[in-house]
Amino acid sequence: MTLTELMETLPYGPAPEAAQPALDWIKTHKGRFQLFIGGRWRSPASQEWFTTLNPANNQPLAEVAQANATDVDEAVKAARKAFASWRQTKGHVRARYLYALARQLQKHARLFAVLETLDNGKPIRETRDIDIPLVARHFYYHAGWAQLMESELAGYGPVGVVGQIIPWNFPLLMLAWKIAPALAMGNTVVLKPAEFTPLTALLFAEICQQIGLPLGVVNIVTGDGTTGAALVEHPGVDKIAFTGSTEVGRLIRKATAGSGKKLSLELGGKSPFVVFEDADLDSAVEGVVDAIWFNQGQVCCAGSRLLVQEGIAEKMYAKLRARMEKLRVGDPLDKAVDIGAIVAPVQLQKIQRLVQKGVEEGARLWQPSWAVPAEGCFYPPTLFTEVAPSSTIAQEEIFGPVLAALTFRTPEEAVRLANNTRYGLAASIWSEDINLALDVATQIKAGTIWINSTNLFDAASGFGGYRESGFGREGGKEGLWEYLKKTARAPKAKAVAGKTRAAQPVADVPPIDRTAKLFIGGKQVRPDSGYSKVVYDPEGHPIGEVGLGNRKDIRNAVEAARGAFEGWRKTTGHNKAQILYFLAENLSERAEEFARRIAQQTRQDGTAEVEAALEALFTAAAWADKYEGMVHNTPIRNVTLAVPEPIGVMGLLCPDDQPLLALARLAATALAMGNTLVVVPSPLAPLTATDFYQVLETSDIPAGIFNIVTGERDELAQTLAEHDDVDALWYAGPQAGWALVEKASAGNMKRTWTLPASGPLPDLDEILRQATQFKNIWVPYGA
Amino acid sequence: MATATLPHTHPLPERNPGTPFDPGALEGALVNKSAIERRAATLPTRRTVKKEWQAAWLLHAIQTIDLTTLSGDDTPGAVQRLCAKARQPVRPELLRDLGIPHLRLTTGAVCVYHEMVPVAVEALEGSGIPVAAVSTGFPAGLTPHRLKLQEIEASVAAGAREIDIVISRRHVLTGNWKALYQEVRDFREACGPAHMKSILAVGELGTLKNVYKASMVCMQAGSDFIKTSTGKEAVNATLQNSLVMVRAIRAFYEQTGYKVGFKPAGGIRTSKQALDWLILMKEELGHEWMQPHLFRIGASALLNDIERQLEHFAYGRYASMQYQPLG
Repeated sequence: MTLTELMETLPYGPAPEAAQPALDWIKTHKGRFQLFIGGRWRSPASQEWFTTLNPANNQPLAEVAQANATDVDEAVKAARKAFASWRQTKGHVRARYLYALARQLQKHARLFAVLETLDNGKPIRETRDIDIPLVARHFYYHAGWAQLMESELAGYGPVGVVGQIIPWNFPLLMLAWKIAPALAMGNTVVLKPAEFTPLTALLFAEICQQIGLPLGVVNIVTGDGTTGAALVEHPGVDKIAFTGSTEVGRLIRKATAGSGKKLSLELGGKSPFVVFEDADLDSAVEGVVDAIWFNQGQVCCAGSRLLVQEGIAEKMYAKLRARMEKLRVGDPLDKAVDIGAIVAPVQLQKIQRLVQKGVEEGARLWQPSWAVPAEGCFYPPTLFTEVAPSSTIAQEEIFGPVLAALTFRTPEEAVRLANNTRYGLAASIWSEDINLALDVATQIKAGTIWINSTNLFDAASGFGGYRESGFGREGGKEGLWEYLKKTARAPKAKAVAGKTRAAQPVADVPPIDRTAKLFIGGKQVRPDSGYSKVVYDPEGHPIGEVGLGNRKDIRNAVEAARGAFEGWRKTTGHNKAQILYFLAENLSERAEEFARRIAQQTRQDGTAEVEAALEALFTAAAWADKYEGMVHNTPIRNVTLAVPEPIGVMGLLCPDDQPLLALARLAATALAMGNTLVVVPSPLAPLTATDFYQVLETSDIPAGIFNIVTGERDELAQTLAEHDDVDALWYAGPQAGWALVEKASAGNMKRTWTLPASGPLPDLDEILRQATQFKNIWVPYGA
Repeated sequence: MATATLPHTHPLPERNPGTPFDPGALEGALVNKSAIERRAATLPTRRTVKKEWQAAWLLHAIQTIDLTTLSGDDTPGAVQRLCAKARQPVRPELLRDLGIPHLRLTTGAVCVYHEMVPVAVEALEGSGIPVAAVSTGFPAGLTPHRLKLQEIEASVAAGAREIDIVISRRHVLTGNWKALYQEVRDFREACGPAHMKSILAVGELGTLKNVYKASMVCMQAGSDFIKTSTGKEAVNATLQNSLVMVRAIRAFYEQTGYKVGFKPAGGIRTSKQALDWLILMKEELGHEWMQPHLFRIGASALLNDIERQLEHFAYGRYASMQYQPLG
């Protein structure tokens, strides 16, 4: 076209970023990449290689080594060897290495960006302006934590060798989210990049070499799912950190069950994007662009469910359609392209299949008038309206540029629809009314809430899910705990002496027979089974009976706990504290009786334990209005509120020791944080718990927040672990039981915490962390 | 109509006659500043034009410039020079080397104070380039209302085909929208056939919500264009306040069917900035709103920078200002 013709139509024209520097870098490895183990490149034991493609044109980019179990073993050994000295390396020195990584990443930012775009298909604007800057920021931020670890995280040390498995949607960014905190806290890592997108991780390995990072601190093993499985199963790995699909996360949960490996999972989502009638609609439309047409919609926290208030729905859809017409899909290296290539044909087919399903299920499909490039993996931005909440496209994660729109009438209904999902990763709320926005933010079950914004990320803010979106956080101080373990315990009150003081029966008069029942929904109830079991003292003499609870009792108890949860969650910290203090007051009234009962069951000093329990109840009450969040220092004009929230309905299988102290410390702390409980007392000392419900009954404890089911520990644990409406499970018991509950928890990906059957109870800071999950609420502001 | 001789080929839309005062339309003023900032920040990073596409856009941008001089030391000689530049914004040999020797290229208008209108009208005679006069007590707008109307009438009588009026900021800052409407309505009547550009002086309106509301009221009162600034405020045209204004233009169009133009002014000096604003128009309002009858850039130094960029495109080497004829 001539200049005058161009002046008539004013089209954008091509604006390609040069691919050559990245292709030249691939050539320096002769187009074939080895494994990065112990700081050196080495060939895979299998001598097998796979090809990584450019999804924009389906052309091969490079051959990459396929690591097998032998290679993974070598990598873990190298990491183990490096760990010995890396953990001893001063925080300041680790900070220097992390700082150097950040600097190198910035110096080679464009090479990383172009390489990422080539390998993944995402637009160069995103790699250049979002991915790579966030990567550098992540290393800078964690350099700071390495520096501060000794002073700010005293008593904690690294976990050890960490196996990290990352997805293809943000290849280098996910690497940074995994490696930066791990290294900062003194761990060494074996990282497996996604099969589709290994190249930037390999360039990162070169940068590790350039800055002289000690050999073996970072190891990169490329390969497919079998490589990941070998890493997960390797006995020399202390922790697995995984980001990817819920499906694979579930497999990993099962595979690591009972192994003692720490686990963090960042999984799928179907995040709601809620637009109220008083939102800035034009800005909300741009928000949708950033929510679902960012990275081709291949974002775990993509706002893929648009919930619009009914009165403005048509207006919003019209604006959206007009905006979609203007989106540009095409060559990801073009600087003026909004949507690049879908990562691989298999992913494209999945999107096509789900869209087809949406049409079949009666939703109304709309796509822009223009066509996407015929060659390469491209898919147009897609809007579904008239979507039923029950339809596949409203429930399943599509992981593509497909938006499903539903309407709501009231804020209450918006919350209900938003929470009508198995996931809980993120949510976006649009309203100019701060009262409404914050009210809804506290009610949506998700790890990150963006108010009048979406897909904002920063190293200072924790990111991670509720529900089946996984557990653990990445970023912020809360993300560090995933890479730490306790090295020094808090000083203990003096040990409980083993004095024996048995009950004193009154001579000649037979005692009144007592029936210990279950305690469900604030009522004493008989076990469904109609059976009781005898409780013996340590010498084998029968001392009483408890009901033999079963599946149905657990079902009823969970139902009661669920029903009580919202009310208890919303109860102010002050009121929760009042109730717990009152519980202590009433317990102290009956101190002697409880002391006798403890001694009778355990032969331990009951008096001392009651005293300790009273103190623990006071401590729990004290924390009820004091366990606070943070305001993260994210680099935009906004407040990022990191709020600890209760996890929900919790199961608690009590340890055998210290039956009363366990209730006071574990159960009461969980209650103080707003959870509701189903408590299964230890089979060795259940009578303390059944006595305890009488104290509960006199202490204004709301019905349903504290339920007690006696019975066979592992049978009840299994039911609780499998129960989809139980959000977390604390299990104290034998190690065989750990495997059982961890494996069974994979159903709804509930958080589990396994503890020994006996011995000292965990420190309070750990209990508080286990009883809460962080929600980060981003609130940008501006007049 | 006066603008019928403007150098463009598009059929002109019906002129905005204004509407009755409608405070209800102001309730839609839900402007989220942070979101506006994000959109404004990513507009220039999401879109770019290179090579001949860029050259075409820059040549087009020239046609949208209201080539402006608004200085206390303006003289007939300075204004005549400016008008000569408006007639011939790019050196003929550069146009030849760009392969467009016969392109009839002029700026969109020449913009001056009232006293310079007769000089400019004479200097531009036969060129089809309209003269725009800033008016109504520009830049502060604090002269008596009666005198403002007389000033408009005098400029129109002197041959100005476009009148850039300034609004009374106090009406905005005190929420007296009815008064603002009436003021601008009066200005519009005084303008008669001349097109009216309403300068909001966004840098003095306090909030983006006020920018949106003031835009709406000015359009209801019959503005042909809404314009960001006088160029004399501390903050002039930014992509943020421009985004709010063009979205108001879109909302007004959706409500009434009338197309109102947009003129950013103040601080737009570089080719890159001109492209950013054209991108804003294309993305938010579409192709027609990039045309001179709906889009003008108020600028003085911009033209020379565009010439330099065109030269770079034509010759592949960076240019020096000394080769660009002064305006």
